[in-house]
Amino acid sequence: MHRTGQLYGHFETLEQQKESAALGMWVFLVTEVLFFGGLFLAYTVNRGAFSTAFGAGSNTLDIKLGGFNTVVLIMSSLTMAMAVWSAQVGKKKLVSIFLIATLGLGTVFLGVKVIEYKQKFDHHLIPGQGFDMRYRSEHPRATDDPKEIAIEKEEVEKTFAVDQDTNAHGQLYFSLYFAMTGLHALHMIVGAGLLVWLIKASFAGRFTPQYNTPVEIVGLYWHFVDIVWIYLFPLLYLIDRHR
Amino acid sequence: MTEHIVSPKIYLAIFATLMAGTGITVWAAFQNFGKFNIVIALAIATIKATLVVLYFMHARYSPKRTQLVIVCSVFWLAIMLSLTLADYNTRRHEGRLASATTCYRA
Amino acid sequence: MSNTPPTLVRELPHKHYLNATYGAGLRSWLLTTDHKRIALLYLASVTVFFFIGGVLATMIRIHLLTPGGALVTPETYNKLFTMHGVAMIFFFLIPSIPAVFGNFLIPLMIGAKDLAFPKINLLSWYIYVIGGCFVLYSFGTGGLDTGWTFYTPLSSVYSNSAVTPAVLGIFINGFSSILTGLNFIVTIHTMRAPGMTWFRMPLFVWAHYATSLVMILGTPVVAITLLLAGLERMFHLGFFNPALGGDPILFQHLFWFYSHPAVYIMILPAMGVISEIIPTFARKPIFGYAFIAGSSIAIAVIGFLVWAHHMFVTGESTYAALTFSFLSYLVAIPSAVKVFNWTSTLYKGSISWDPPMIYALGFIGLFVIGGLTGLFLACLGLDIHIHDTYFVVAHFHYIMVGGAVMGYVGGLHFWWPKITGRLYPRSLSRFAAVVLFIGFNLTFFPQFILGYLGMPRRYHTYPPEFQVLNVLSTAGASILALGYLLPMSYLTWSMRYGRVAGPNPWPATGLEWKTDSPPLTENFEVTPVVTWEPYDFKNRPDLGLGTGTPSPAPAHGDD
Repeated sequence: MHRTGQLYGHFETLEQQKESAALGMWVFLVTEVLFFGGLFLAYTVNRGAFSTAFGAGSNTLDIKLGGFNTVVLIMSSLTMAMAVWSAQVGKKKLVSIFLIATLGLGTVFLGVKVIEYKQKFDHHLIPGQGFDMRYRSEHPRATDDPKEIAIEKEEVEKTFAVDQDTNAHGQLYFSLYFAMTGLHALHMIVGAGLLVWLIKASFAGRFTPQYNTPVEIVGLYWHFVDIVWIYLFPLLYLIDRHR
Repeated sequence: MTEHIVSPKIYLAIFATLMAGTGITVWAAFQNFGKFNIVIALAIATIKATLVVLYFMHARYSPKRTQLVIVCSVFWLAIMLSLTLADYNTRRHEGRLASATTCYRA
Repeated sequence: MSNTPPTLVRELPHKHYLNATYGAGLRSWLLTTDHKRIALLYLASVTVFFFIGGVLATMIRIHLLTPGGALVTPETYNKLFTMHGVAMIFFFLIPSIPAVFGNFLIPLMIGAKDLAFPKINLLSWYIYVIGGCFVLYSFGTGGLDTGWTFYTPLSSVYSNSAVTPAVLGIFINGFSSILTGLNFIVTIHTMRAPGMTWFRMPLFVWAHYATSLVMILGTPVVAITLLLAGLERMFHLGFFNPALGGDPILFQHLFWFYSHPAVYIMILPAMGVISEIIPTFARKPIFGYAFIAGSSIAIAVIGFLVWAHHMFVTGESTYAALTFSFLSYLVAIPSAVKVFNWTSTLYKGSISWDPPMIYALGFIGLFVIGGLTGLFLACLGLDIHIHDTYFVVAHFHYIMVGGAVMGYVGGLHFWWPKITGRLYPRSLSRFAAVVLFIGFNLTFFPQFILGYLGMPRRYHTYPPEFQVLNVLSTAGASILALGYLLPMSYLTWSMRYGRVAGPNPWPATGLEWKTDSPPLTENFEVTPVVTWEPYDFKNRPDLGLGTGTPSPAPAHGDD
């Protein structure tokens, strides 16, 4: 499998090589759809069975952070698409700039995720021995608005009065929350690694209108990760906000 | 296969739509539509995802083969979700799967 | 004919993939990106797992010689059948034909230099090995006693065996399968030689296309399922644990969404092998090419609609069970299409009883029994009675061993001359095929009766009245073992001492037979251009068959 220029020896033409790479990434994304699909199915079945607990669990999430992250991720999709465009029209400098912007936004997303996970630890929302969804309303942090806390506390008490098992089933919600967002974050980390590789290559001026397959297929991957979040955001953060 | 280059204007338009979609989702989540809250949330998410696939991922300009691959992924996901839920939704017993009370109080 | 008859070739070609060196010694194998060498890496590693699984099976059969159990404690017995299943299914059957023959042959059959992603191909072998190491670690440190199905909450809460490394190993191994399927699909789409249209592809390639579909669409689901089960065990989560509100039936849905189609990962490639062997030794174009090709795809698609027939006796809804029962019957249609087309191909053919043909005919017989008993099990009412009995065990062994392994060994005999460039002893190999067929039937046919009489599977003991049939089964197993050891020994022998085969010893029509045996590293001197239809023996003077009545050209001069 020797390589002449940008063409690997086992391909006949650059066209064929490019087609294969793009099709390969699409097929890989199909496997990803079904991989996350299994999780979404587990989520659907459990949410159907424990809607009260899922609603209560969802309401403990910080909608501002979640919404902010959604915006950040969609912006990173835009910069990624622009990086592909820059490569296609041969603006080598712009390729690097847009790739770095994408990586930056991806890092912001992961940073916010870390903050959120930290909050879950503080609020005793990690499934296991110390799990307690009532904890947060009883131990508000100084920065929280007391009015909000009072309303929330009342709501939580009402919920728990209706359903004795809410706290136990809330663990299922948080198990799924961590599984889904964790796997999503893992995909972001892999994507960030790929971006670092692309950025290095873009500094060397490797991407031209003739050869930009790596940017394109990493772009496909990145957009897919964005799509997963587009579903995760309403399903995890916005279950029960309307009451 | 000549490559189709999507212009940045379209990208920006899609981006704006996605942002608007996000806003609408959050707004809709705070309104009480009863059963339809989840339907609306998923509908908006699906529209957003479709836009990303069609424009950011260039599926609209891709060969038929790629489009078939995308349709397949959705189709198989639908098989998995619908046939499994067909079981859950036609069971005799209603509601919850099991009670956790006994175990947790013990 | 002016062509040199293949039997006159005296020496291996000067240069081929086996003696080509990319580096020194072992490195040239471990770092190779040549699909043919990777196929041989897989051949070696799946054989290791076949041995492990085989030894465990032998111990199970010895144990069941007496009603009280002759060999091991009940706990160990649980581990024996679990580890037998895991080794055989995940590490032998699923990779066997695709990763060995698919890897070796798909590029050759479609006239490509390699698979589309050679490095990913090597990566998938390494993933397989890593996954295998995890599982072997689990076997060695406490074993595994959950059954190969890993049903929760036994696997995630109560089992005291080494479940976590095994689950991780199978999770990792899944990616090997996914990458292989991905590679095949892309290769078949983009790497075909000029003139190699979709309907000129050998049916083996069609079968592998269908298999790859199942691999990429099903495997990710079992990956996430086992990952969740593993997390549940490690962190005491409740996804599938009813004590914490989770639903064990959800695990079964997710598990069987992959694991039923996984049966087609095992059998479809074997069907592909048979579709190659039958026309070659009937010396006749295959009957109903388009139908066989289409039925492969149909099996792959319908195979995804039937999974919950494994769950008829769980708390599954009756309506869902009825639907799945009906859908399960549908799989019989494309399967029957294949069997009828194979038998129609034999009709008025010029049949030569070469070793691969005997395996292929054995396959048809065993697959028909296995397939038809599958219909018994698809029947909702009857399945309640024979669920989890030896009837099920016999049924799936007829499909997986009688079908998939028969196809695998048949394929090994068919393409061995291409892989090694040498022939094996003819009479001995025909004898081995018959031994395998008899041994198999003697092992598993009694199990149909046992199951129907009510002997449950996975029990270490049974009532004394079942002993005769169990002893018969164990006796058959020892004949079966001989049927596997014989080919292993003479094939190994032939690698050094076998007669030189020449490019096309049978002769067969596929592109893979138009290059040297063993092939060059680049497969073909020049990219071939395909101008003929598949399995056309009439218009192929290059095969050296002569025109008019086909004359059986003996591939093996001596025995």
